Amino acid sequence: MYKNFLRYLISAIFLITFSISAKADFKVGFVYIGPTGDHGWTYQHDEGRKAVEAAGIKTTYVESVKYGADAERVIRQLAQSGHDLIFTTSFGYMDATNKVAKDFPNVKFEHATGYKREHSNVSTYSARFYQGRTILGHIAGKLTKTNTIGYIASFPIPEVIRGINAMTLAAQKVNPNIKTKIVWVFSWYDPGKEAEAAQALIDQGADIIMQHTDSTAPVQTAEKAGIWSFGQASDMQRFAPKSILTSIIDDWAPYYVERAIAARDGTWSQQDTWHGLKEGMVAMSPYNKGMGADLVKEAKQLQKDLASGKIHSFTGPIYDQKGNILVAEGKVADDGMLLGMNVYVKGVEGDIPK
Amino acid sequence: MEDLLIRIEKRNDVPTTLYFFTPFIAIILTIIGGGIIFYALGFNPAEALKFYFITPISNLYGFSELLLKATPLCLIAIGLSFCFKSNNWNIGAEGQLTFGAIVGGGVALLFYNQEGFYILPLIIIAGAIGGMIFALIPAILKTYFNTNEILVSLMLVYVSKLILDYLVVGPWSNPEGFNFPETRQFSDSSRMPLLFDGLRVHAGIFIALAAVLVSWFVLYKTYLGFQIKVSGLSLKTAKYAGFKGKTMILIVFMISGACAGLAGVGEITGPIGQLHRMISPDYGFTAIIVAFLGRLNPFGIIFASLVVSLTYLGAETAQIFLQIPQYTGQVFQGMILFFLLASDYLLFFKVKILSLKKNELGH
Amino acid sequence: MSLDISFIGILIGSIMASSVPLILAASGELITERSGVLNLGVEGMMIIGAISGFALMVITDNLFIAIIVSMLSGVIISLIFGFLTQSLLTNHVATGLALTIFGIGLSAMLGRDFVGIPGKDFPILFSSLRESIPFFGPILFGHSIVLYFAFALPFLTNYFLKNTKLGLIVRAVGDSPVSASNQGINVIMVRYCCILYGGGMCGLAGAYLSLIYTPQWIENMTAGRGWIALALVVFATWSPIKVLIGAIIFGGISILQLHMQAVGFRIPVQFLIALPYLMTIIVLVVISRDSRKIKLNTPTSLGRIFYKEK
Repeated sequence: MYKNFLRYLISAIFLITFSISAKADFKVGFVYIGPTGDHGWTYQHDEGRKAVEAAGIKTTYVESVKYGADAERVIRQLAQSGHDLIFTTSFGYMDATNKVAKDFPNVKFEHATGYKREHSNVSTYSARFYQGRTILGHIAGKLTKTNTIGYIASFPIPEVIRGINAMTLAAQKVNPNIKTKIVWVFSWYDPGKEAEAAQALIDQGADIIMQHTDSTAPVQTAEKAGIWSFGQASDMQRFAPKSILTSIIDDWAPYYVERAIAARDGTWSQQDTWHGLKEGMVAMSPYNKGMGADLVKEAKQLQKDLASGKIHSFTGPIYDQKGNILVAEGKVADDGMLLGMNVYVKGVEGDIPK
Repeated sequence: MEDLLIRIEKRNDVPTTLYFFTPFIAIILTIIGGGIIFYALGFNPAEALKFYFITPISNLYGFSELLLKATPLCLIAIGLSFCFKSNNWNIGAEGQLTFGAIVGGGVALLFYNQEGFYILPLIIIAGAIGGMIFALIPAILKTYFNTNEILVSLMLVYVSKLILDYLVVGPWSNPEGFNFPETRQFSDSSRMPLLFDGLRVHAGIFIALAAVLVSWFVLYKTYLGFQIKVSGLSLKTAKYAGFKGKTMILIVFMISGACAGLAGVGEITGPIGQLHRMISPDYGFTAIIVAFLGRLNPFGIIFASLVVSLTYLGAETAQIFLQIPQYTGQVFQGMILFFLLASDYLLFFKVKILSLKKNELGH
Repeated sequence: MSLDISFIGILIGSIMASSVPLILAASGELITERSGVLNLGVEGMMIIGAISGFALMVITDNLFIAIIVSMLSGVIISLIFGFLTQSLLTNHVATGLALTIFGIGLSAMLGRDFVGIPGKDFPILFSSLRESIPFFGPILFGHSIVLYFAFALPFLTNYFLKNTKLGLIVRAVGDSPVSASNQGINVIMVRYCCILYGGGMCGLAGAYLSLIYTPQWIENMTAGRGWIALALVVFATWSPIKVLIGAIIFGGISILQLHMQAVGFRIPVQFLIALPYLMTIIVLVVISRDSRKIKLNTPTSLGRIFYKEK
């Protein structure tokens, strides 16, 4: 009896404290995994936030928020302190986002790269980065002289494996002798390790380096070694002006502005977004003229075709490493298969770490 | 003509009041130092300090978060106090916490699809044992091979973190989790019961409080506690008194490891609910600050864990409301320890300022 | 893995480049420890060196000034440690840890405006010889001046400790501060100098990372190398030449695992990364069992507070 009473009392006080922190302005909160200046993943999300701010909506951000116990508190504090829409911009915030969403039904949540939408106020969004990888593969296949492409990978999750496969398939199409060498650094952001991985790949004969990690260290290493490289997430051109052929850019700004305005005007509803080149969530930075005018033209055409849907990154026939057919001739892989991708295609060296 | 002569003498008896007073001096100096830093960064120091030290605990939820964060810090620091009091420099609590979480988490994963009242106690015991075993490595190497425990326990921190890394990336990763580096979510029976609806503070706090009481009893009311204190003061005296040094070293390390292991399972069965690569934001190292700030006294440690816990929360709040960089938390933690260690000088040495006439100097 | 001779030369060159920060920091810490002071703040001093070097490079556009300032700021930050442990007689372990925590926090705060700025090209020496001589070219040539300094440093340190009067004093202070003091050596002063020297070398190690190895500033960019340097000093049993060998082994392991991956060799990476730590523990056990072996190089008074009644 007494214990129950105490619980109700405390819950009541708890609710009152929440409702006291009533809001006046419409505010949007952002939770970042890294520093805003990483010039990769978080930097691009922050560019998106600035666009929201430019649209006349107040924003707040919290950077370098660790997974685990801290993430939930930060998200909750944002919800509690009068933020109406909260973007949590890393996969590791998935469970925390859903948990807080349950307690704040009037606050809208947007979780990047996740798949759980347990409550009606949680949306998820991600981008079809693999379309960009197809362009990189095409360019790399044409330019490599050693037929070896070095790929610095973070974690063996479907998104990363999808990128490796899309790149390899496109490169094979223009150059059947291509080999993709992969080094896993098991980190999204560790410049020292990424630089060493790039150097190891270069020493192993790779003459083109690309990365699925967030720091600019690999492109700088490529620049020093005098070989080609591709940027990741943001335009990394000024870190390696000679070496960078193009960068895959994550452009969150249009989506963030659209969703913030929708939430402010009351038209926001739950959705699962997976946009690509067509909608502009994935973009390519200006192509390096060093690759030759013809190749620039081809890349631009490919970009157009991928955007219009004329070309699909995963068009059959696609075989896995053992030669089993994954996608039949004339078919394209569906989104379900892409989202759960966990095998390499033929032509990739090594095994997926397990 | 008068000259000021400053003389420094070693005190033989340290006044108890002063002993427990200096931590407060350290905290006040840190707050002043923090204010100066905020000012230098272009923020209003009063406002920044308010967001840092008052806003985080101005509501019930914040207070619950304070307790939630203080729980592992307090537990680890209690364990460390046994080691430090007896002059055993176990600085690898972070590793013992991680290994405890690995063993406890392993048990939780075994029962991931089962419910039962016995599961949580099993996990807790497994975690304590895990931490204990990991702490025994530097202890055994110290007692039987004469190796330096500071270095061994430190090296083992990285070893345990890499073991965790290997497990969550590979064999223990969630089969339905698309290869993300994390395990399954633990079942409800593997989770610490929450004390109140809507708040994250959990039953682990009772484990920490029990540890405080038990350690107070052991340290101040038992022969073992006496042994620990004497060997801390002087190894020679301890040997002379016929204490079995080796057994004692093993015991204090086991206590310390078990406490760190408990802190580890408290985190994974409490707020986290699974294993992944970042289960602790270096609680094991921060707890060393807590142990010192609490003067290695069980009740002092409670107080110190709350203060240090507040520096974590304050750093977050200050960022949310004023966009002050979050690293100020670490700067504050470092400063607290600097000031505390410095103010210890007042404890062990008397500063006498004498004013003497020149001719009295006796030339 | 293609094992032709020129490839091995390239590989060795890469390993050398990665071991530079370890050699610098460990050589500095070695002198500190030989004087009887255990400074666990290596990571903190390195990261302060990294940010101040990079910041000065951006502000002055002068790499020479940047390098000097990184060393100076290592010295300044280690002065906090020196003052606390030597003048206020605080515990070495706690003070060193506080220095690391403080340094990481402070560097991230100071570095906020310097994130995302590309670094400058650091001049490398004899780059033409690197290409023209197989095997020896990539090993001996095409490095920055800091690398050559780092590889000379263990030999200089060895000479200093064994053959100079100052070196003898440092060792005497580390082995027996009381008798050193009785012979009229100012123990506190000597230890102060050794701490500041260690700070300077750690600062330089940090600057190598932010100016040469991965030329940019990023929070926490030392990523635990300070702790490996501490392990390295022990692994080397406080002998400067063995620091060099150990750094090559430690650096080699981390580079080789990347190469093994690149050729498709499947290995649990984590076990290889853990090897330096495990090897250090084994070395510790081996040297500690035999008291004669310890006495050879180990500063007997390591980590103990020295206090002289005045």
